[in-house]
Amino acid sequence: MRGSPSPAPSPLAAPPVRSRATAPGAPDVDPASLPGVDPRWSRLVEAPSVDGTRRTWHVLDGAGSLEGEEPAGTVLAVHGNPTWSYLWRDVVAAGVAEDAAGRRWRVVAVDQLGMGLSDRRPRAGGGPWRLADRVADLGALVEVLRAGTDDGWPPVTGPVVALGHDWGGVVVTGWAGEHPAQVAALALTNTAVHAPAGAALPLALQVVTAPGLHALATSRTDAFVRAAAAQPRRRLPDEVRAAYRAPYRGVADRAAVEGFVADIPWRADDLSRPALDRVTAGADALGAADVPALLVWGVRDPVFGEQYLRDLRARLPRADVHRVERGGHLVPEDVDLGPLLLRWLAARGVGSGAPAAAPEPAAAPHGHRRPLWAELAARADDDGPAVVEVPEGGGAPAVLSWRELGHRVAEVALGLDAEGVRPGDRVSLLVPPGADLTTALYACLRLGAVVVVADQGLGVRGLSRAVRGAAPRHVVAVERGLVAAAALGWPGRRTAAGPLGPLGRRLAGSTLAGLAARGRRSPLAGVPAGERPTVASLRLPEPAPPDDAAVLFTSGSTGPAKGAVYTHDRLAGVRDAVAAAYEVDHGTALVAAFAPFALLGPALGAVSASPAMDVTAPASLTATALADAVAAVGATVVFASPAALAGVVATSGRLDARGRTALGGVRRLLSAGAPVPVPLLRQVAALVPGASLHTPYGMTEGLPVTDVRLADLEAAGPGGEAGGEAGGQAGAGVADGVLVGAPLDGVEVAVAPLDADGTPTDRLVRTPGTTGEVLLRAGHTKARYDQLWATEDASRLVDASGAVWHRTGDVGTLEADGRPDVGEDAAGAPASDAATGAAGGVRLRVQGRTAHLVRTAAGVVTPVGVELAAASVPAVTRAAAVGVGPAGTQALVVVVETEPATRRAGGAAPDLVAAVRRAVAGLPGAPAVAAVLVVPALPVDVRHESKVDRTLVAAWAADRLSGRPVAPPWSRAGRLRAALGARRRR
Amino acid sequence: MTTGGPVVVTGASGMLGRAVARTLADAGHAVRTLQRSPSGLAGHRSPTGGAVEDVAVDLAAPGAAPALRAVLEGAEAVVHLAAKVSVSGPWAAYRRTNVEGTQRLLDAAGAAGVRRFVQVSSPSVAHAGEPLVGVPAGPADPGAARGRYARSKAMAEQAALAADGRDLAVVAVRPHLVWGPGDTQLVARVVARSRAGRLPLLDGGTALVDSTYVDDAADALAAAAARAADPQVHGRALVVSSGEPRTVGELLASLCAAHGAPLPARSVPAGLARAAGGLVEALWAVRPGLGGDDEPPMTRFLAEQLSTAHWFDQRETRRLLRWSPRVGLDAGFARLAAAAAAA
Repeated sequence: MRGSPSPAPSPLAAPPVRSRATAPGAPDVDPASLPGVDPRWSRLVEAPSVDGTRRTWHVLDGAGSLEGEEPAGTVLAVHGNPTWSYLWRDVVAAGVAEDAAGRRWRVVAVDQLGMGLSDRRPRAGGGPWRLADRVADLGALVEVLRAGTDDGWPPVTGPVVALGHDWGGVVVTGWAGEHPAQVAALALTNTAVHAPAGAALPLALQVVTAPGLHALATSRTDAFVRAAAAQPRRRLPDEVRAAYRAPYRGVADRAAVEGFVADIPWRADDLSRPALDRVTAGADALGAADVPALLVWGVRDPVFGEQYLRDLRARLPRADVHRVERGGHLVPEDVDLGPLLLRWLAARGVGSGAPAAAPEPAAAPHGHRRPLWAELAARADDDGPAVVEVPEGGGAPAVLSWRELGHRVAEVALGLDAEGVRPGDRVSLLVPPGADLTTALYACLRLGAVVVVADQGLGVRGLSRAVRGAAPRHVVAVERGLVAAAALGWPGRRTAAGPLGPLGRRLAGSTLAGLAARGRRSPLAGVPAGERPTVASLRLPEPAPPDDAAVLFTSGSTGPAKGAVYTHDRLAGVRDAVAAAYEVDHGTALVAAFAPFALLGPALGAVSASPAMDVTAPASLTATALADAVAAVGATVVFASPAALAGVVATSGRLDARGRTALGGVRRLLSAGAPVPVPLLRQVAALVPGASLHTPYGMTEGLPVTDVRLADLEAAGPGGEAGGEAGGQAGAGVADGVLVGAPLDGVEVAVAPLDADGTPTDRLVRTPGTTGEVLLRAGHTKARYDQLWATEDASRLVDASGAVWHRTGDVGTLEADGRPDVGEDAAGAPASDAATGAAGGVRLRVQGRTAHLVRTAAGVVTPVGVELAAASVPAVTRAAAVGVGPAGTQALVVVVETEPATRRAGGAAPDLVAAVRRAVAGLPGAPAVAAVLVVPALPVDVRHESKVDRTLVAAWAADRLSGRPVAPPWSRAGRLRAALGARRRR
Repeated sequence: MTTGGPVVVTGASGMLGRAVARTLADAGHAVRTLQRSPSGLAGHRSPTGGAVEDVAVDLAAPGAAPALRAVLEGAEAVVHLAAKVSVSGPWAAYRRTNVEGTQRLLDAAGAAGVRRFVQVSSPSVAHAGEPLVGVPAGPADPGAARGRYARSKAMAEQAALAADGRDLAVVAVRPHLVWGPGDTQLVARVVARSRAGRLPLLDGGTALVDSTYVDDAADALAAAAARAADPQVHGRALVVSSGEPRTVGELLASLCAAHGAPLPARSVPAGLARAAGGLVEALWAVRPGLGGDDEPPMTRFLAEQLSTAHWFDQRETRRLLRWSPRVGLDAGFARLAAAAAAA
């Protein structure tokens, strides 16, 4: 194979005389032997130390390969214990390489004294190097670097970016705090600048600092050094692990490692505690001075856990945070830190030649929106129903009036305030839709607390990760949620909602009823004693439109779930978009069998009824339960998910005449959350003959975006339908994607065309006929991702006018809207129908995800069109189109589910292969199908049971087509195999 | 090719060699075919002025050098296909034909002042048994190649590329799994086994494999003969295939269907087949021809070939040779069926 690395010099072949200069006492490690290090970066610098001696520092200095070019600035990088400057090699390399703005950075990564390849002689006067020594010595080194040396290295000029990891973060923050004028920015990863009062030392460090174990773990054996190199989540190549250990091979080499741990100033009487307190104060001062700060955090760190991130965020409130869900303690090995840092420096306008700082998310392009609680405030005297819960079996519905809901919301808001929840604090809600959730939600909104909403579709682990990461101050949960919160160690005080058993009572600090009672006694109620407060009477300050209102989690189908932050303004935008598109106002009665819309009811001023169903299993909705809910409030609008609608259709035979009459009154039915098969929509239409059927398109980051009616899908002909069988227009060809309709009022849709490799470009195109990543701009999209700075940065496209667009990750094509005049619609919908009256004359066809494009030698193939074509073959009920092999020469593979279902996964029969291949060849570009595989069932998402997990399918198909006869990992056989394999490994 | 010297094609009695000779002749070249038995093309004249002339030489014969020199005198290019192709037999036979024969031909070509040399090789020279998924041509590795044929071809390719230089430009082309009408190797065996009910699929036959229709492979070799001296081309090894990978099961089924033979249906675990192949190879070493067949019913090499993916990145090949398949698999299967019906 070409490119084989040059063999490392064997010890025997090494010259007997050391040809390189080394620092006194430092181990002999050849920088040229270190993978990822350019030996030209290796440099020795002499500087005075606080112990009265002169010390030789080893640093990796990117100037060694900048070839005299003037950098945009300097990054001063300080490692922790027991690593060394090698930790920063990729950051040094990234600095030397040109960034997107054509800038280079000089990264100077130091080896702390006694560590790495720096001076190893003991501190004069004995004892370990103390934190105060390290901070002062770093300062002395920086002075030398600034003054310049006579060995040809250029002096460091201008303010520097301070970068630190682990205890290096403490040292560099200490230096930065003492030299604020020299600091351009502060970037920290998995560190701490403060020992919380009474906090126990992290368990991992308790072990290494335990008497008797300390020296054994840190210096006499290399266990500590080895453990550190094993920290990243991804296993490092052996030669990289060896490089981490290289300067710590002998017992004497590890003396400073031991000393460092001994100096950890954890208790108030520790020798270095005053120095640590100065570091803490310095961090606070940098935060107060609004120095640009970046916190990159590996979440799975046994030493520096989430509480240290929270502490740093409190001290650096404007810091940009990027959490690496799959990162460990050695986070520079788990994330591409160099490019991330450079992008961030550019975005924050740090360094010379910085591009104009990226604009803040533009204020939503509309006027002032009514607050979300405005209807509740206005209807304090309204005894009409606001929230109606219809029990199973059609018993008497539980009705909450506007007046009562308003009292409860006000009382709980006051109660939360009395509990210490402040505006901006996060409150996690683990309560199923209903009166309690509505009450808690609007109480938080009014108070200015930020609600965190994650659903069980994420699974326990995903949910836990989401809640912990969002760092709530308070959790409101039903009993099951309380148990999870306690068992999984979620932060925050706990309030119980709903019925409680003994366990729940023990776990909850309070109940919603208790909070309300406390709220009634609050001096901020704004009403005479003995009277109940209303939303209008509260003397709590109102949150402002740009304040955070909610964190909503994505489904996490591609990697860990991301939290989308909505401000009050943007959440109100969602309400207004729904109101405008579906003509819902304070006179409307609606039924919401899809949780997000149930929550919007009070904001819309609409009467909302929830049918009897298990919200965690949407398919449990029956036709009778839906009809009962419709009848209970005389609903004209129904919101549901595709799975719920499938349940309704499946049980429609049991519907009685009364139920049919009730459903006959529905004027509008909306199916949200996932694409809906047209045949299902047709069956639903038969149950609600008076309704127009809508399918909005959108995502957690922006909903609704476009809308399409069943009538539009029918008019668009075969393939216009989502996953349906070919319609009556044979020969019209197969459509290359799912038609999702025209943008709603106030929504702009564009695409970023794909380059030849299928990577979305930074161009923005609005003309019909272009395929690319779908871009959105609207007043009701997310404000940002939560604590995912780099993800947020990558999800933005700034157009020529400076407007910020959201990159959806979907691939689609804008089409000229060829529909006949909307005014002549036969379904009786008025010409003013807001959902379909969008101007602009374009509609969107969605063709897949950017992550799921198949990159063949003949070009990029989008999966959805292939799947629709495959599903048009009569025997096929569902299909997934995936790529196998290296990008650029991938083979297109179609994996299908059939009717009747196959019992065994494997190659499809020749006639099925031929039929699928023929159908797919009808698509534009006639994609060539390499193979067709059949499976008993395709893996689908928990939330909607409709989105196929193409990533999982692709991995299995790649395995199967390479010749390994493995069962699909999502099948029963596959799971059994995995379980057996896991047991064997144990 | 612009200069008028004849092109020498070795191994023109085989399906691919014959197709190459005809393709070159049809393109207007004088073609000398060199083999032990007649190519069946001698005297073929194309409307473009090309013609085929048969020369009988046994490359493997140690005394063949002078005869070779004579045949190569004045030749413009050589396309070297002659090889011992099998899944069994003694190593010495492979070495004699594939390794020593190739070296003899290279030496003769150099001495005769031939400018371009196409070494027809095999993707198996770089296949160590692991799945090959969308990869470019890796380096030939006699040590890792599976089976005597592959090992000898790997050595031959190394020898050929070592001979690449300023005077003689050598390119190694590895057509992958060539099939077509008149194929006595792959197609005839598959169909015969299928008719005898002895064509199982290994692990359900879902390994993805490349293959090449004969006329497309012939075009690629003719293109290589023309392009061998290009600075980007000479010294390289390139895999040639249709660029349409299919599962083994589908490929076998298509070959059978073209002949009206039953489709393979039985699936055998590949591990079992490999073990059986090993056993059969051991038995064959003692008593060749056991079971009345001229070749063992299963070898480890064959079991691996039928149960691991091997398909290739064709972008570089197509760019460098300025070639792409004209026929392709589906039209190829139709031609195969038409030929089978006519036979």
